[in-house]
Amino acid sequence: MPDCDDTLRELQTFLDGELSDDAVGTMQAHLDGCPDCLQAFDFHAELRSVIAAKCHDALPPGLLARLEQCLQADIDGDGRIG
Amino acid sequence: MVFAPQLYSVALRMTRNPADAEDLLQETFLRGYRGFEGFTQGTNLRAWLFRILTNTFINSYRAKQRRPLERDLADVEDLYLYRRLGSLEELRASRSAEDQLFDMFTDDEVKQALEDLPEIFRLPILLADVEGFAYKEIAEILDIPIGTVMSRLHRGRKALHKALFDFAHARGLVGAADSSTATSTSTSSTTPTDRDDA
Repeated sequence: MPDCDDTLRELQTFLDGELSDDAVGTMQAHLDGCPDCLQAFDFHAELRSVIAAKCHDALPPGLLARLEQCLQADIDGDGRIG
Repeated sequence: MVFAPQLYSVALRMTRNPADAEDLLQETFLRGYRGFEGFTQGTNLRAWLFRILTNTFINSYRAKQRRPLERDLADVEDLYLYRRLGSLEELRASRSAEDQLFDMFTDDEVKQALEDLPEIFRLPILLADVEGFAYKEIAEILDIPIGTVMSRLHRGRKALHKALFDFAHARGLVGAADSSTATSTSTSSTTPTDRDDA
């Protein structure tokens, strides 16, 4: 059974979904019996979703149209699109 | 124009200004369009486009960027932010911790904290934490070993969390880091950290 230090060391890898199934099972077993580690895991999972939610920018007006236009034009005159 | 919104947001974090981000996005789609025969059907189109975006940024835009040195990266202990915010009484109150965290940082602060990271840490974090790519995909997009992806994520996230804490502290939302930690933080931040296992 991993202790708290072992579990917390793998926290980010766990949240990245990069642990093996065995390691996930072991970790889950520890978390089921350890409210302190579970709180740390919850915090980091929530922090990550907050960060991801707060750094999306809307496309500037007209950008899509400009992109589509440039993909239909032979801009540099070499006989090819673009 | 598939994936344009995601590509634009990441381009903006890479270039740190809208005009360059738009140019970068345009160049990415042009290269993608011209190189589409090099794309293998059935493989990951999103990863392929992000690889073009990253390569275009590195080759065309990086030279004119102000680049913070890797040794300027804040180096703090593991769980730095959690140790300071995770135990706050407010976070334990009736509202969910996610709502609390959501209100603690503004969009601009999160963007700034990401954009202030040195590029070698910023790119893996954008790909992992914002775009949700797997280590293996990030390794292929950035053309670095998986072990390097992991170590850069580890160090970059600590610096990101430190920057977020500093924003919350500056706005008076949390108290100062306790003195023992502040001491160890300032000591470790002067340690050269430009070693990388690449």
